[in-house]
Amino acid sequence: MKKNTWINLGFQAGALVLALLITTLILVAVGAPPLKAYLSILSGAFGSTRNMMAVLITWSPLLLTTAGVLITFSAGLWNIGMEGQMTLGAIFTTGMLRLLEDAVLPPALIIILGILAGIIGGAIWAALAGALKTFGGVNEIFGGLGLNFVATALTIYLVFGPWKRPGVGSMSGTQPFDESLWLPTLPGTELSLWSLLLSVLVIIVVYFLLRGTHFGLRLKAVGKNSRAAFLMGVPTWQYSMLAFLLCGAFAGLAGGIQVMGIYHRLLPNISNGYGFLGLLVAMLINYQAVWAAPIAFLFAALNIGSVQLQILYKLDSSFAGVLQDMLVLLVLLGEGARQRFVKKD
Amino acid sequence: MPSPLCLFHGKLFTIALAFKKNKTMNVELKDIHKTFGAVHANVGIDLVIPAGTIQGILGENGAGKSTLMKILSGFIRADHGDILLDGRPVVIHSPANAIQHGIGMLHQDPLDFPPMRVIDNFILGRKGSLLTGQAEASREFKRLAEQFSFSIDLESYVDALTVGERQQLEILRLIWLGARVLIFDEPTTGISAAQKMRLFAALRLLAEQGKTILFVSHKLEDVEGLCNRIAVLRQGHLVGEADQPFSTKGLVEMMFGRPVSVGERNPCGVGDVTVSLSKLSVEDYRLKVRDVGLDVHCGEVIGLAGMEGSGQALFLRAVGGMSHTVGGKILVNGHNLIGRSYQVFKKHGVAFLPAARLEEGLVPGLNLTEHFILAEEPKGFFINWDKGRLLAQERIKDFNVRGTPANTVESLSGGNQQRALLALLRVQLALLLLEHPTRGLDIESTIYIWSKLKERCQQGTSILFISSDLEELLQYSDRVLVFFSGKVTPPLEAASLTTDKLGELIGGKGWTELSSGKGA
Repeated sequence: MKKNTWINLGFQAGALVLALLITTLILVAVGAPPLKAYLSILSGAFGSTRNMMAVLITWSPLLLTTAGVLITFSAGLWNIGMEGQMTLGAIFTTGMLRLLEDAVLPPALIIILGILAGIIGGAIWAALAGALKTFGGVNEIFGGLGLNFVATALTIYLVFGPWKRPGVGSMSGTQPFDESLWLPTLPGTELSLWSLLLSVLVIIVVYFLLRGTHFGLRLKAVGKNSRAAFLMGVPTWQYSMLAFLLCGAFAGLAGGIQVMGIYHRLLPNISNGYGFLGLLVAMLINYQAVWAAPIAFLFAALNIGSVQLQILYKLDSSFAGVLQDMLVLLVLLGEGARQRFVKKD
Repeated sequence: MPSPLCLFHGKLFTIALAFKKNKTMNVELKDIHKTFGAVHANVGIDLVIPAGTIQGILGENGAGKSTLMKILSGFIRADHGDILLDGRPVVIHSPANAIQHGIGMLHQDPLDFPPMRVIDNFILGRKGSLLTGQAEASREFKRLAEQFSFSIDLESYVDALTVGERQQLEILRLIWLGARVLIFDEPTTGISAAQKMRLFAALRLLAEQGKTILFVSHKLEDVEGLCNRIAVLRQGHLVGEADQPFSTKGLVEMMFGRPVSVGERNPCGVGDVTVSLSKLSVEDYRLKVRDVGLDVHCGEVIGLAGMEGSGQALFLRAVGGMSHTVGGKILVNGHNLIGRSYQVFKKHGVAFLPAARLEEGLVPGLNLTEHFILAEEPKGFFINWDKGRLLAQERIKDFNVRGTPANTVESLSGGNQQRALLALLRVQLALLLLEHPTRGLDIESTIYIWSKLKERCQQGTSILFISSDLEELLQYSDRVLVFFSGKVTPPLEAASLTTDKLGELIGGKGWTELSSGKGA
């Protein structure tokens, strides 16, 4: 047992080193000094209070999407559609705020209703993917991907059509809301303690849900062998749908927060790739909820830190993506290699 | 300048080549050890098998038979020990490498490609040029098939073949690839009596040709009837070898370390009717079972006989609420459940244990504690793990499962998986439906499983079970229903049947006499 733990650690460390090595080679190839580049990522993420705030702002939606993936994956489902679910959350929140912005209601109530609308929007979009899977036999990967495109198209239609700014519609989105409808942030920053609190709460709930509840255990049974789960009396398709609904609700919440806390309007690409990034985080932590918070934090830091690279070395900020993807790929590869190694042993 | 050593090597090489052309091969295993974690699956096994021998490898489930055979056929590597072929030590890296050495293995579940044609399966695995050489291959196939009087259509798809025919295909393929040693892992499981006879004839012919046959089984009868020599494994050790004539008692003692006797048959139950079927009709896309009527008494055991796919599986699943019914009534304790879902049947005390334990019965990746918690009605929102572990420990002890609460189900042997499945059933049941409850299990596990099932009958549970083992059907059932391509006999008293009579009915003979008078 002890020996195996060391072997596991060895393979993971090896994957990490290899990922750094390959990204270093890429840096050298494009003519950037590797060490300086890495240092600038670090300072970009943690060099100032402002930067650290930015990391936390990114961390919050990433935690939510990771939490969602953990749920659907436990049920044996690949929810690729989280981008779309996040977008629908953003659309529903925007719609609710537009509906109520002129009403005589306390702003706090409007904000809460907006958040709820986002949650419902995300859940509806996920339920669509789930229904396609359960009743239509459409694999959730294809269903989710298709619905992502529909969500993007819907956003663009709204931004340029019914919800366009007075005058002419533009990619910069809808008319910003009145400041009273913004999610309260720390003075002078865009960091909302509310969104941070909600995301941390969600990941903690998911951790306990999967670890110590009948719901979590039954979800896992459905994911690992739905035939056997059915015979043991677990209503399988209902659990799959529940997993979709929960995941969609988390993604929708993330979308709503993007609107109310950060952009204060609906704009194209509001999901910002957090849906896919959450999938990567979940894969990297091998679906262990305990690790979600630190690894999502690392990814957020990489995202923010690499913004610096663009300014300093004219490297596109998507370099963070290269590093993240390399990490996931090599850790998965390392896991496969480890299994072969242990088996041969 | 070539050194003498070089010349010597050259000579060795020619000798090796000569051996390659040779049609026979002696196999020798020396001090083979293999451990999986804490389990010592093979402990210092020494075995010599001369060419032309049919060597039986006997032992109960988990005795280490499969491990030893997988080592010989290159699936896994031994931790320690040597394999000698014709006296030369060899290292076998992979199954493909094994076949190059002339060793081929037939697995219990044929490792072939069901969606492909027979001829494609035959050619696959053959090293060669870009072109497959179909014409030559089909000539060879026909020549070999004729030799063993196998008749398989080269153009048919493998998923349309029976398990027995797939075995035949695999035998021909391995011989064509040059196998001189053939390993058979439980080959008589799941094939018909006629196919078994043809298989045995083929094996005898192969042995006459000088091939070395390793026949792995836990069925005494098969091993005794076929093999020249028998080696018995128990808990990883080679506990003994025997030559003809064999003593059954001696072999059983070697296998289990003590003599075992089969259980007593219960007289037919005369209690109340718990489950009543009337005019039950079931169908799927290729089979119709029409108008079955049956009254099942409290504590009664009813066996369902028939060739695989004759309608018994469809019928059994319909009685559990799992396949589509087109008419009739299913009364469980007076409630008509026809058309209701499996969940409703379950609530009324009907349980179903599938044949495919790991595919349908258990959840690989979850441990025993998690299984016992899943099977219970959930109480509250949070799991009480301590209570779950206690429950698991208790049931594990009750059902004699060799494992701990933290063991994942896939780490258990087949017999222990079946015990675990039985242990998972909630206590009070009206009707228990079983598919092949003892398939692939050794005698000891079979007897144990049936003693547990009979205990349930004493508590008033009725049992319907499917089996392809005629003796099991006659021994444990009170009454038997025979299925033949969707037709069903009236319930027949097991005591009035013989294996021959039952075998005929399964094969579709003697049905007219049944309908013309004698019912049950």
